[in-house]
Amino acid sequence: MAKIRIVSKPEVCIGCHLCEVWCTVAHSKSKDIIKAFLYEQPRAQPRVVVEEELPETYALQCRHCNEPKCVAACIAGALYKDDDGVVIHDEEKCVACYSCIMACPYGAIRINLETKKPLKCDLCRGLDHPYCVKYCPNNALEIVVEAEEFV
Amino acid sequence: MKYDYVIIGNSAGGIGCVEAIRELDIDSSVLVISAEKYHTYSRALIPYYLDGKIEFEKMYYRPPDFYDRMDVDTKLGVRATRVDVERKRVLLENGEEIEYGKLLIATGGKPFIPPMDGLGGQNNVFTFLKMDDVLGVERGLKDARKVVVLGGGIIGLMASEVLARKGLDVKVVELADRVLAPVVDETTSRIIEKKFQENGVEIILNNTISRVVGEERVEKVILRDGREIDTDMLIVAVGVVPNTEVVKDTPIKVNRGIVVNRKMETSVKDVYACGDCAEIYDFVFGSNRVLPLWPTAYTGGRIAGFNMVGREREYNLATSMNAMHFFDYYIINAGLNVPNDSEEFEVIYRLEGDSYRKFALKDGRIAGFIIAGKMERAGIFLKLMEEGIDVSAFKDKLLKENFGFIDIPEPVRWKLLEDKVKLGVVREL
Ligand SMILES: Cc1cc2nc3c(=O)[nH]c(=O)nc-3n(C[C@H](O)[C@H](O)[C@H](O)COP(=O)(O)OP(=O)(O)OC[C@H]3O[C@@H](n4cnc5c(N)ncnc54)[C@H](O)[C@@H]3O)c2cc1C
Ligand code: SF4
Ligand code: SF4
Repeated sequence: MAKIRIVSKPEVCIGCHLCEVWCTVAHSKSKDIIKAFLYEQPRAQPRVVVEEELPETYALQCRHCNEPKCVAACIAGALYKDDDGVVIHDEEKCVACYSCIMACPYGAIRINLETKKPLKCDLCRGLDHPYCVKYCPNNALEIVVEAEEFV
Repeated sequence: MKYDYVIIGNSAGGIGCVEAIRELDIDSSVLVISAEKYHTYSRALIPYYLDGKIEFEKMYYRPPDFYDRMDVDTKLGVRATRVDVERKRVLLENGEEIEYGKLLIATGGKPFIPPMDGLGGQNNVFTFLKMDDVLGVERGLKDARKVVVLGGGIIGLMASEVLARKGLDVKVVELADRVLAPVVDETTSRIIEKKFQENGVEIILNNTISRVVGEERVEKVILRDGREIDTDMLIVAVGVVPNTEVVKDTPIKVNRGIVVNRKMETSVKDVYACGDCAEIYDFVFGSNRVLPLWPTAYTGGRIAGFNMVGREREYNLATSMNAMHFFDYYIINAGLNVPNDSEEFEVIYRLEGDSYRKFALKDGRIAGFIIAGKMERAGIFLKLMEEGIDVSAFKDKLLKENFGFIDIPEPVRWKLLEDKVKLGVVREL
């Protein structure tokens, strides 16, 4: 099975945080940048983290691990790997216990400030293209297709 | 009946095993046996259900069509009474015998009930471990105003929080001089005790119940120090012990729990064990022990499943780890629970208001940590611990609330981000 991952290129990342902005838009109801930030309640929140210690910056999101520790840790069965190898978080089933936050080796799960539930990258399921990649002005995020190796 | 793979236990461990087997092998026959009659559910969700945070259906760990999709047979509501390792058979309480090719024992834990005079048969005494407990507590709540919880560990405190939120007058009785004593350090215990007190829960330390009064129902408990407390319900949550009854009188080696190696094999060929019934290697502790945790049970089952179908894998990264929360205060801890004045470890910590972070280092490596208050990205610390990274050069940064990979100097950072799971950093070719 081929799988896609988003890779980040620190050498060209300019730390503009636009990936966070567009991730928010991608996960908003309207998919409209103005509405998403000003009028939607609850406001969507980003699932990608920009790490920075200037001048160094890069964006990091869920690696969709082959052996996802978050899935193993989830006490509710709210995290699972779908048939495409994408690790999905079912917000309805989630009880906000943060076992996944404890387990994710990349710190790739963020927390929704309003619902207190975790938020994670779903590779923009249902959209044509992951928005963070599509809208990165300097191509510091890129999609790679890999063969899913078996462990 | 003969099955290639037989699994006793329908919880985290059993399901981890089923999923691993089916990832590699869709043709073999698999049977899951469980004493409880329910579709696989998460006992860790009991507090959430009672609290009204989730519907009953959400207690189920996997979707309703799970067994069909996995093509496994089930015998639910049937207890396995014995394993016959010579004839490779599992004997069931209804007289049936099941022959296995390979067997996983994932029978979990059973509640430990300390001796209390007068206890036995009362209908308002519950543990907090099973679906049937929840349903019982739920029924009992209708006319309960006061409840005594014996045990100030994670489960006892979770029960206490829920019952307090339901408006009951809750008293927790704990033998140690602080709550959560084996799991977290004293600083954290005191923060938690304060949260409970602020929310009207009385915590009685250094004490236990010596006698219960009441025939059909417990009406009163009498503590070791003579104090008497009226109650409408008693919840016993002092801990779980490995449930190893099925392997009694077999050559399968049992210490505190069933002894397994890193492939999750027991001392008898073709028999594996995992989860709360087993004793596995703790990489921080440096020896085998019982680690009654959901992630450990699931991962142990998964590793067992791989080995059962012939794909060798080892479980090398088990250790104590907890994510818990009380009255919206979150705590994550992992590894050794070291006191702040330890001589053997270098302890660094920061306490600011309610935000607490602490690391115990040995030879520059993290041996244990507690993060309480602000939790984001706590998993990075577990990773540092698992990889045995020397953190001396950036140890002060560990105490930052927004610690990230960026705080780890190169090239360790890139090693961590590229290692094992190919990570998103583009390497120079
Ligand atoms: C209230 C509560 C909250 C918890 N919260 C957390 C948490 O937040 N995080 C965490 O890591 N852990 C938590 N735990 C612990 C976690 O639930 C256990 O570690 C986990 O369930 C262990 O899984 P297991 O598969 O080993 O066994 P169990 O879940 O104990 O399941 C044992 C299975 O074996 C079956 N069985 C037992 N004996 C027999 C027999 N003789 N014949 C047939 N079937 C048998 C049972 O019916 C059951 O299906 C919590 C536990 C409780 C009770
Ligand atoms: S959330 Fe973390 S553990 Fe889970 S798949 Fe993504 S990177 Fe892996
Ligand atoms: S916070 Fe939600 S998704 Fe994460 S482990 Fe807990 S229940 Fe699962």
